[in-house]
Amino acid sequence: MSQKVAIVATGQTKHTSKRKDVNVRELINEAVSRCLADADLRMDQVDAVLIGNMEPFEGFMFPELWSIEGWGGYLKPSVKINTGGTVGAATTAAAYYYVASGIYDTVLTVGFEKQSDGNSQAAMTAIGEPMWERSVMAGAIGNWSMMASTYIAESGATMEQAAKIAVKARHNGARNPFAHLHMPDLTVDDVMKSDLLAWPVRRLDMCPTSDGAVSMLLCGESVAKRRSSRLAWIRATATAHEQQYMGDSPKRLAVMRAQIAASQRVYKMAGIKNPLKELDVAEIYEPATWAELAMYENLGFCERGQGGKLIDAGVTTMEGELPVNPSGGVLCTNPIGATAMIRVAEAALQVMGKAGAHQVSNVRTALVCSYGGNAWSDAFILSDSPS
Amino acid sequence: MGIKPIAGEESIRVPFLMKMEFEYAVGVYATHFFQELKDHGRLTGVRCPGCRRVYIPPRPVCGICFEPMTEWVPLSDEGVLVGATVIRLPFVDPMTGKQRPVPYGMGIIRLDGAATGIFHFVDETDETKVRVGRRVKANIRTERQGNLQDIINFRLMDGPHE
Repeated sequence: MSQKVAIVATGQTKHTSKRKDVNVRELINEAVSRCLADADLRMDQVDAVLIGNMEPFEGFMFPELWSIEGWGGYLKPSVKINTGGTVGAATTAAAYYYVASGIYDTVLTVGFEKQSDGNSQAAMTAIGEPMWERSVMAGAIGNWSMMASTYIAESGATMEQAAKIAVKARHNGARNPFAHLHMPDLTVDDVMKSDLLAWPVRRLDMCPTSDGAVSMLLCGESVAKRRSSRLAWIRATATAHEQQYMGDSPKRLAVMRAQIAASQRVYKMAGIKNPLKELDVAEIYEPATWAELAMYENLGFCERGQGGKLIDAGVTTMEGELPVNPSGGVLCTNPIGATAMIRVAEAALQVMGKAGAHQVSNVRTALVCSYGGNAWSDAFILSDSPS
Repeated sequence: MGIKPIAGEESIRVPFLMKMEFEYAVGVYATHFFQELKDHGRLTGVRCPGCRRVYIPPRPVCGICFEPMTEWVPLSDEGVLVGATVIRLPFVDPMTGKQRPVPYGMGIIRLDGAATGIFHFVDETDETKVRVGRRVKANIRTERQGNLQDIINFRLMDGPHE
């Protein structure tokens, strides 16, 4: 009964810091309408809808009720998923299982966040475990600066190498019409002179806060082939979760055990032995420049401690052997509940050859990896062929 | 008359000012830990009978082995920074609801005898000094309430990095 699954269509909003002209339902509907138009599909042809969001960044719970008319869930099999920063990927993985099981053929996914409606610092604080972490935490900046300090101690990576990641992301994002930040002229010097938020993290080392939504259509093999000739097949997906506390292993924040586990599982499922050689593009969840350097190592693109050398050699730029985040990544665009699904959608666009000005040539195999709360991780391998 | 998009303008906004307040039960293991800290100024962890890791924060089950943990182990009030920074971007102190004054040092501290580390403040604001590998010592209050604030912060110790 099981079947192969392809991403058939995608839709995104133009991500930006504040969409004060629309409410959550209207924001979501923009992305969903674009996805359905991309698929040339009507909502009554959709079997089920899965929606992901990270509560309570908008300051309300039960967002699936608040927004249901925007995403067409009325009387359909619909589930809201919340796994924090990874939710967009977790929602995609759930949709994959819906279709792969053979129970549904046509499943719509939705991810969104409208941070400008709520209080992001209050939401970040609510994530912290009350007795041990909340009273001393400093939000995403605190966690990522702690991560970066651990990574520097391990690898000897430099401020300049981190700044090169910031420049790569913003130059790539400038070619992506949906990216939030467009900074085509950013230089390494600009990054290294930007405000120090928490050593070694500077303002331009961090992702922005964004409003935005994304939607994808996943179909089973026979339906997918009828709908489009340019498909991104989901060859593998895996999820892994960390232990509870940030300090639960001394190097945990840099040596991301969940990310290593998730990526190794999808490599094994897809028969990938040398990721740097066998992957054509990667879309990864890098909330900070330093995270991307560490992720190169965790994802097996290089040996441990060599992440900085990879960017020095330009391996992960648009012209390099393995372009990472041609979309501009999280460093350009971060509507949290949508962010990980944007990684999947952007990797799918690359495989379909529909990424436009930020298209990498001849993409056949793509890696997607999400990473949320310095803890959870999902990975996918997308391919231009079903097997 | 149709629907007119709001081009570049704000839609009508609705502010809500009610405070949402919460009170959490910290559980059996944290209660034991903070009672020990309050009564005796001692820091304690729990050991996994499977992998022998000593955990702080203490907890009932080892996440790696899924073994119940019942053996309390005394921990040193000294340790090493395994994560380290000086926060300069203001962040709301959830205990007070007000901005925490910046700059302040912060770290992940692995106490001697423990396999894991905890987040806490470091009594230093010079980025060149608050670094991974520095030895630190807990600055424990004389009057204690039984919470994480019984440790004021961790002070950098002299001597070489680890």
